[in-house]
Amino acid sequence: MEQCEAPYCKIFVVLTLSHAMFYWFGSQTLRIVEGIGDFSLFTARAFCALAKSKRLMRRIFSAVHEQGTVCMPVILIVGLFTGMVLGLQGYHVLSRFGSQGLLGTLVSLSLVREMGPVLAALMLIGQAGSALAAELGIQRNTEQIVALETMGVNSHGYLVAPRLIAAMLVFPLQTAVFVVIGFWGGSLSGSLLLGVDSGVYWSAVQRAVEFQDMRECFIKAAAFGFLSISTCAYQGYHSDRNASAMGARAVSASTTRAVVFSSILVLVADYIISSFFV
Amino acid sequence: METTSHKFALQVEGLHKGFNGKSVLTGVELCVPCGSVFTVLGPSGSGKSVFLKCLANIIQPDAGQIRFDGHQLTFGDRASQLEFRRRCSFLFQSNALFDSLTALENVALPLEQTTDLPNKVIRKRSMEALKQLEIDEYAGHYPSQLSGGMQKRLALARAIVTHPELVLFDEPTAGLDPLRRNAVFTMIAKYQRQFGFTALIVTHDVPEALVASDRVALLNQGRICFEGTPSEFSASEHPVVSDFRDSAAALQRELAIIRSSPD
Repeated sequence: MEQCEAPYCKIFVVLTLSHAMFYWFGSQTLRIVEGIGDFSLFTARAFCALAKSKRLMRRIFSAVHEQGTVCMPVILIVGLFTGMVLGLQGYHVLSRFGSQGLLGTLVSLSLVREMGPVLAALMLIGQAGSALAAELGIQRNTEQIVALETMGVNSHGYLVAPRLIAAMLVFPLQTAVFVVIGFWGGSLSGSLLLGVDSGVYWSAVQRAVEFQDMRECFIKAAAFGFLSISTCAYQGYHSDRNASAMGARAVSASTTRAVVFSSILVLVADYIISSFFV
Repeated sequence: METTSHKFALQVEGLHKGFNGKSVLTGVELCVPCGSVFTVLGPSGSGKSVFLKCLANIIQPDAGQIRFDGHQLTFGDRASQLEFRRRCSFLFQSNALFDSLTALENVALPLEQTTDLPNKVIRKRSMEALKQLEIDEYAGHYPSQLSGGMQKRLALARAIVTHPELVLFDEPTAGLDPLRRNAVFTMIAKYQRQFGFTALIVTHDVPEALVASDRVALLNQGRICFEGTPSEFSASEHPVVSDFRDSAAALQRELAIIRSSPD
């Protein structure tokens, strides 16, 4: 390249690159804003449909069974081992400072404030959320959702709303079970296996957990339930919108997106809610 | 069942619909008399299913008017849509049965969700619908446990349980053998007579449709190019009608030419 053309060439390259960059950022921002708007309308439609929904309680009970009873074994197992690991790790850290007596405080506050709501939500997303996204995706694929609409049944009210109500009831309950089982797990590894006095452990638990911690725990659990189940329902309900995959692939892609997006949302929401309470 | 007060159950005027710049329906005009079995014939890809989905308010037409029992249907008007859907049923090509519900639950669903009838009455009416279609002994079975013909009857039971005035059938015989095709058309004619609804069928099965229908129309390149009785269809000299109607004879002629030509 000749020397006299070099400055113009550089300017051209810089302008082209900056144009491409602004275009990319602009289009992505618009896409995200459109997605948030569409998601908000989806959940608003589901809640508005509640008023006219018939035989709602039966569908809520069915959704409570799907999210609650069916997912209980996972919650129990994960809760127990989370508590046991916290007890084990906590004991070895605290023993360096001769503070094994604070093991109950460490286990209980970790579980109540952070690990209980987050891990229980992630487990429920993995089991109930993914199942919901796949079910709605298949119903979309096989025209069952369109069939509901042609019958004059509001598909948001019939398929989504009962699941959202159930999630806001079940997630706090499952989180409470997770936390209590986690306390027992911590006691099992800390007291039974590592020799911390059981009375010291449980009195530390009792002293550490305050009403404010419980409130934070339940607010988080209800928010995670709403966010994760509405995200999973949204992805499954609109599985046909994915232009890059059709049929069974569209269902699997929407299920994957449902789990990934709702897990990320839970962690983001966890930070935001925690920042209000700390 | 509610009685219609108008001579035509459906009136379609200048219906247009396109996808990504490609026109599928280019001014469909059609009048479906009340209480008749009306069949819209047409080759694959002629826009029959799109036409039916526009009528059922599943797809929004680009232009045109649809009148049901004299009242204009407006897409986006929730009350008008609900009123239409209360009085109309749609039978999907794929049946669109709820695979996680039993046959009885499938039939009961529209009554449970759109009426305030007590559970006992809903169960009774659902069982009656299953009985009328001779599948009441499979009430506790899931759709996947039923044969193709039984699934079709179950879908029809679900469609008629609300006592609709209009039933739209989207390719009800697609993928079925000739015997099953006959059985489906017989079933439609029988129950249309029994319940008195207006049946609008889209299909490309000419012989069966001509026998089972009161009136037929031919949709070609997005327009209705023929409308009349089955005997008028059989006698029509319209080139598109004769091509479509005599497709078997045309195939015979083409095969004769191929066989007679040297290799």
